[in-house]
Amino acid sequence: MDAKQRNEAYNQYVKAKIPKTRPWPTLFNSFLVGGIICCLGQGINDLILLWFPNMAQQTAWGYTLIILIFLASFLTGIGVYDKIGKFAGGGSIVPITGFSNSITSPALEFKHEGIIYGLCVKMFTIAGPVIVSGVVASVLVGIIYLFI
Amino acid sequence: MAKIQTVKFKNRPVIIGSYSIVGPKEGQGNFKNYFDYIMQDDRFGEKTYEQAEKKMIQHAIIGAIEKAHLKTSDVDLLLAGDLLNQIISSSYAARDFSCAYLGLFGACSTMAESIAVGASLVNGGLFNNVVCSTASHFSTAERQFRFPLELGNQRPPTSQWTVTGAGSCVLAQSGKGPVVTSATFGKVIDWGINDVNDMGAVMAPAAMDTMLTHFRDTKTTPDDYDLIVTGDLGKLGSEILIDLMEDQGIKLGLNYNDCGQMYFTREQSALSGGSGCGCCATVLNSFIMKKLQDGKYKKVLFMPTGALMSTTAAQQGETIPGICHAVVIERGED
Repeated sequence: MDAKQRNEAYNQYVKAKIPKTRPWPTLFNSFLVGGIICCLGQGINDLILLWFPNMAQQTAWGYTLIILIFLASFLTGIGVYDKIGKFAGGGSIVPITGFSNSITSPALEFKHEGIIYGLCVKMFTIAGPVIVSGVVASVLVGIIYLFI
Repeated sequence: MAKIQTVKFKNRPVIIGSYSIVGPKEGQGNFKNYFDYIMQDDRFGEKTYEQAEKKMIQHAIIGAIEKAHLKTSDVDLLLAGDLLNQIISSSYAARDFSCAYLGLFGACSTMAESIAVGASLVNGGLFNNVVCSTASHFSTAERQFRFPLELGNQRPPTSQWTVTGAGSCVLAQSGKGPVVTSATFGKVIDWGINDVNDMGAVMAPAAMDTMLTHFRDTKTTPDDYDLIVTGDLGKLGSEILIDLMEDQGIKLGLNYNDCGQMYFTREQSALSGGSGCGCCATVLNSFIMKKLQDGKYKKVLFMPTGALMSTTAAQQGETIPGICHAVVIERGED
């Protein structure tokens, strides 16, 4: 048996041996926490509209996002968000709060390397790809929109 | 002439002092009663985790020297390594010692690598007192190899928990303590695993290779040892090793275990177990040394494994090479 065959056989053996993540409990936690975050967002939005009845819906959405981003960032800072994430998985990564956490956590982590080379440079190590694909997608959609 | 991988130490270098220091989580694990020092705070009073890791190594080196009833000026050579780029924890720690220094990198196998090299030098009569040391820190390893600490991500079940801890021992030509009688220097083995979250599977073939070589070269079997212990294969990796050895016709029995697998309690949610240089180093320099001194163990095969991983190479699609060094430590004369 040559090395390539051996490696393939070993990889298959390992793949079969790896403990699997249990999908149902993981999905349940994920949707539970994700749902709670969405309800929280809706609640904030409703409260804003209740207190400021003259505000446009678009503007209220903006404020809602800002508040959610702040909350997630704050919870990251006091060391709570990673515990939520450990429990919820995708449920707390997918909403905008996860995006906020992915920027705040490297910023905290690398602050000892200085404001510019540490914090500012490393801040987007995780969120970077999301921002890039967002910008690229909007440019593409813009070009398509131009021609229709 | 046959290639040499295993060396016997006829002059039986003695481990005259050993010391272990661990972080708070490790201090609640299964070996909590054996460690010399448990830190209350995993920053160890320093500003950054990297500085804490450096201070841990220094603390462990001084601790081992003191337990050997020596002064730091008595040490001829320091052999140390860690997981960080350019092995900064070891090299920066060595600034404060006025002895020769050799930095080693064997990833998590560094403790055995340093003992094997140190014992060779002492056995040959070239040095009198050699200190072997290594450390790892959960928070420095996470930021170098994985994600920021506060990121809300989940770990896969195969991932392991890097032990915050440092271990040191002092080897000497003579004295009281356990003796190092042979060592097998491992080869780099790569069986094509590229999952950075599955180090056990990366290192198990290396452990098998070194173990087979060791048994063949020393003409021993697993039954000749009171304890055969790998470093940080974890739960999954040690199961793989048992399977691989069985394929080779060698059955590992109850005297085989893995430091990573034993390290944490079930409640500590360390998934596949502990890992890192500090994992086997703190177990060796606390629990195993104590049992050798008490006479509970007479002959121990200590064989930590290392995943020689780089994030750059892994991102470029390279598979991960593994290595395993073995040393035999026996109970010395009283």
